[in-house]
Amino acid sequence: MDHPVSHATTHPHDAVHHEELGFWRKYIFSVDHKVIGIQYAITGLLFLLFGFTLMMIMRWQLAYPGQPIPLLGNWLGQANAPGGIMLPEFYNQLGAMHGTIMVFLGVVPLAVGGFGNFVMPLQIGAPDMAFPKLNMVSYWVYFLGGVAMLASFFVTGGAAQSGWTSYPPLADIAAMGQTVWLFGMVLLITSSLLGSVNFIVTIVQLRARGLSFMRLPFFVWAQLVTAFLLLLAFPPLEAAGVMQLMDRLAGTSFFLPSGLVVSGTAVAVAGGGNPLLWQHLFWFLAHPEVYVLILPAMGIVGEVIANNTRKPLWGYKVMVYSIIFLGFMSFIVWAHHMFMTGMGTTISAFFQTTTMIISIPSVIVLTAMLLSLWGASIRFTTPMLFALAFLPMFAIGGLTGLPLGLAPSDIHLHDTYYVIGHFHYVVAPGTIFALFAGVYYWFPKATGRKMNELLGKIHFYGSFVCMNVIFMPMFVQGLAGMNRRLYDGGVQYAHNQDVLHLHLWIGMAAWTMFLFQLPFIYNFFTSIKRGEKVGINPWEATTLEWSAPSPPPHGNFLTEPVVYRGPYEYSVPGAARDFTPQFEPEKA
Amino acid sequence: MEIPYTVEARPDTGLPNGKLGIWLFLASEVMLFGALFSSYILLRVGAVEWPHGELSVVLGTVNTIILIGSSVTMVMAWASLKMNNWGRHRLFLGLTLLLALVFLINKYFEYAEHLGKGEGPGHSTFLAIYFTLTGLHGLHIVGGMIVMAYFLGPGAKMWKTNPEQFANRIEYTGLYWHFVDLVWIFLFPVLYLL
Amino acid sequence: MHEDVGKNVKRYIAVFVALMVGTLATVGAAQLQLAVAATITVALLIAIFKGSLVAGVFMHLADERNAIYAALILTAILFAGLILLPVLAYLDRVKY
Repeated sequence: MDHPVSHATTHPHDAVHHEELGFWRKYIFSVDHKVIGIQYAITGLLFLLFGFTLMMIMRWQLAYPGQPIPLLGNWLGQANAPGGIMLPEFYNQLGAMHGTIMVFLGVVPLAVGGFGNFVMPLQIGAPDMAFPKLNMVSYWVYFLGGVAMLASFFVTGGAAQSGWTSYPPLADIAAMGQTVWLFGMVLLITSSLLGSVNFIVTIVQLRARGLSFMRLPFFVWAQLVTAFLLLLAFPPLEAAGVMQLMDRLAGTSFFLPSGLVVSGTAVAVAGGGNPLLWQHLFWFLAHPEVYVLILPAMGIVGEVIANNTRKPLWGYKVMVYSIIFLGFMSFIVWAHHMFMTGMGTTISAFFQTTTMIISIPSVIVLTAMLLSLWGASIRFTTPMLFALAFLPMFAIGGLTGLPLGLAPSDIHLHDTYYVIGHFHYVVAPGTIFALFAGVYYWFPKATGRKMNELLGKIHFYGSFVCMNVIFMPMFVQGLAGMNRRLYDGGVQYAHNQDVLHLHLWIGMAAWTMFLFQLPFIYNFFTSIKRGEKVGINPWEATTLEWSAPSPPPHGNFLTEPVVYRGPYEYSVPGAARDFTPQFEPEKA
Repeated sequence: MEIPYTVEARPDTGLPNGKLGIWLFLASEVMLFGALFSSYILLRVGAVEWPHGELSVVLGTVNTIILIGSSVTMVMAWASLKMNNWGRHRLFLGLTLLLALVFLINKYFEYAEHLGKGEGPGHSTFLAIYFTLTGLHGLHIVGGMIVMAYFLGPGAKMWKTNPEQFANRIEYTGLYWHFVDLVWIFLFPVLYLL
Repeated sequence: MHEDVGKNVKRYIAVFVALMVGTLATVGAAQLQLAVAATITVALLIAIFKGSLVAGVFMHLADERNAIYAALILTAILFAGLILLPVLAYLDRVKY
C-alpha cells in the first residue's frame, strides 16, 4: 500500500485562516463549489415552486373550464385572463413554460448543479472543482437564462406557447416570446456545457489517494454519466435553437416546408425546409435529458438506501455497468418520440428495439436497490422514506413507458394524458422525491443541523398520497383517448366525457400537494438557524463527505483525505461498529 | 488553496486538468457541428434541386490554404515555447492571428457578394445552411482570435510567473485552433465542391 | 524534450505540404465531374485523410492518453448516429 506522496496540497491552514473575502466575493460571486451548489439548489427549488404554481393555475382551468380563476385571476392581466378567465393562448404559455421551467430551470439545476456541485467534490476528497471560476460562470449564465425565461411572460404576445418541445412550423411563426425562449435556452445550454466539462475533469482528476473508480460512491458514478450525457447531447439542440432563431429572425426555412399556408396566406419564405429536422435534433437532446433527470436521483437513492439499511448496496458493480450502458443507449432511442411522424417500419423497428433494450439497465438498477433492502436493518428516517417511495414510483413510471416505446400501442397513446402520467411518475414522485431525500440527507453536512423529523414525515406522507392521486388518473384519461395540451381539458370530445370528472380530483390533489410543501419550506428555512445541532457524521455514513466539518470550510478537509476501502462497508463482520467509513485507516 | 494537477499531470491519467477539459469541450463541439452537417444532409436529400457553383471555389481554396497555414504557425508558436524561444513564439502567434484575420476578410468579401445581390440566408435552403455553418465557424475563429490576442497582450505576463502553465494554455489554444481548422477541412468540400 | 520538439518541426512542415497536396487534390477531383456518389466518396476520403493529419500530428492525438481516446471514440460513435439516423429515417418514410 505504498502510495507516492501526491502533489495535492490541501493547505490545512487555509481551512482556518483563508483571506477574508468581501460580501460579494464570498456569497454572490463565490468560486467555492459549496456556495455555488447552494446557489443552484435554492434557485432550482424556487423555480420548482414557480413551475408548480403555473400548473396549479392550469389545473383550475381544467377542473372548471371557463370559470374565473380565484385569488390570482385579476392579477394575470387582460391579455392573459380577461375577467379572470384564462384565454387558450395563456393556457398554452403556462403549459410550455411549466415544462421548460421544471426540466431546465428546476430539476436539473437542483440535481446536477445543486447536489452535484455541493456533494461530489466532498465525496471524492477534492478541495473544490477542477475549474472553480468556470463553475461560478456556469451558475450565473444559468441565472441569466432563468431571468430571460421569466421575462418572456411580459413581452407582447406572452411567453413561449408551442410546448416545451417547440415544434415548427408553429414555433417558427409564434409570437416574440418564443424568440426569448430560444435565447434563454442558448444561455442554459451554455451553462450546462461549461458545468459538464468541470464535472468530468473533477471526477477523473481530483479523486483522493486510494479512491479508485470502483470505490466511488454510486452518486458520483451517476453524476459522471450524467455529465457525459449533457456534454454530448446538448450541442445538437443548441444548433437547432440557432436554426430556429434564424427561421424566426433571418427569414430562413430550415424547418418550414414549401407551400406552407397560415390562416389562408402563403408564408413568404423560400421553403424547402423540414419540420422533422427540428424533431430529430430536439429529441437527440431531450431523450438523454430524461436520463439526466433520473440518474442523479438514482445516485441519491443509492446513498440513502445504503446508509439506512446498514448494508452495502447489492450489486454495486452491476449497477455501475448498467448506468454506463444506459447512458450510451440513451443516445440511440430518440425517435421513439417520433413514431407518429410517418416513419417506415424498418427505422421504427430499430428504435423500438433500442428502446426495449434500454429498459433493461433501469430494471437492473431498481432490482439491485430492492435487493439491498433484503435482510436490512431499516431506519425509517425522512430521507429513507422518500428513497423507499422512489422505488415503486419509478417502477410505475418505467413500466408505463413500455407501451409508449412500442409503436403499435404508441399509436393510441401518443400525445394523450397517458404520456403525461408516464413521465410525471418518473420525474415527480420519482426524481423529485429523490431530491427531497437528498435535501434531508445532506442538510446536516451543509448547515451542521438536522431538519425536523416530524415536519419531514408530514411532508412525505402528504406528498406521497397527493402525487398518486394527481398522476394515476391520467393513465385512465389517456387510455380513454384524452389528448394533451387541450386548454379546455377535452370537454368538446365525446370520448372524453366519462373521464372528465377526473380533472377535478387531480386539481384538488395538486392544490393539496402545495399545502403539504409548506411544512418543507418552513422546515428548510427554520432549521438553518434552529435545527437540532449535530456532529460531522450524524447519519453514521461511510462516504468521504462525512469526514469533513459541517459545514466544510474553504478547501473542505482539514487533513488530506485518504481512502482505504469501498464506499458501503456497513455491518462488516467483526468490526466494532456497524459502519466502517472509507476514510478510516486500517487498524495496525 | 491549490487545485491539484492544474499545471503538472496526474500520474495515473497522465493529464493535467486543462488538457482533459479542452478535449472534452472539443468533443462537444464535434456534436455541435455534427448537428449542422446532419441538417445539411437531411435538407439536401429532401431537396428537389440543390444549387451548384454559387460559391467561389478559388476563394474557398485560398481560405483553406490560409487556415491550414495558420494551424502550422499555431503549432510552431507552441513548439517555440517548448524550445524556450520567446521571440519565435510571439512571431508565430502573431502570424496565426494575422492569418485568421485574412481568413475573415475573405469571408467578408464572400458574404458581401451574396448579400449585395439580395441573397441572404433566407434566399434558399442552401444559402441558409451555408451562412449558418460558415457563420458559426466564423464566430469560432473570432473566439480563437480573442484568446490569441489575450496571450499576445495582457496574458503574456504569465510566461514570467508560471512558464509551464503558460505553455499549457498555449497548447490548449492550439488544440482549439486546430479543431477550427479541422471543421473547415470538412466544410470546404461539402459546401464549395459537392 | 527539446530535441523531440526539433524533430517535430520537420514533421509539421511535412504535414503542411501533405495538407496542401490534399487540398489541391480535392479541388481537382471536383473538377473531374464524376458521378455524385463517387465525388462525395473521394471528397470525404481526402477530408478524412487531411483531418487525421491535423488531429494526429498538430493535435498530438497520435500519442495521447487513453482517457482522451475513450472520450473521442464515444463521441465518434454518437456523431455517426447523429449523421446517419435522421437521414435513414427520412429515406424509410411512408410516401403518400
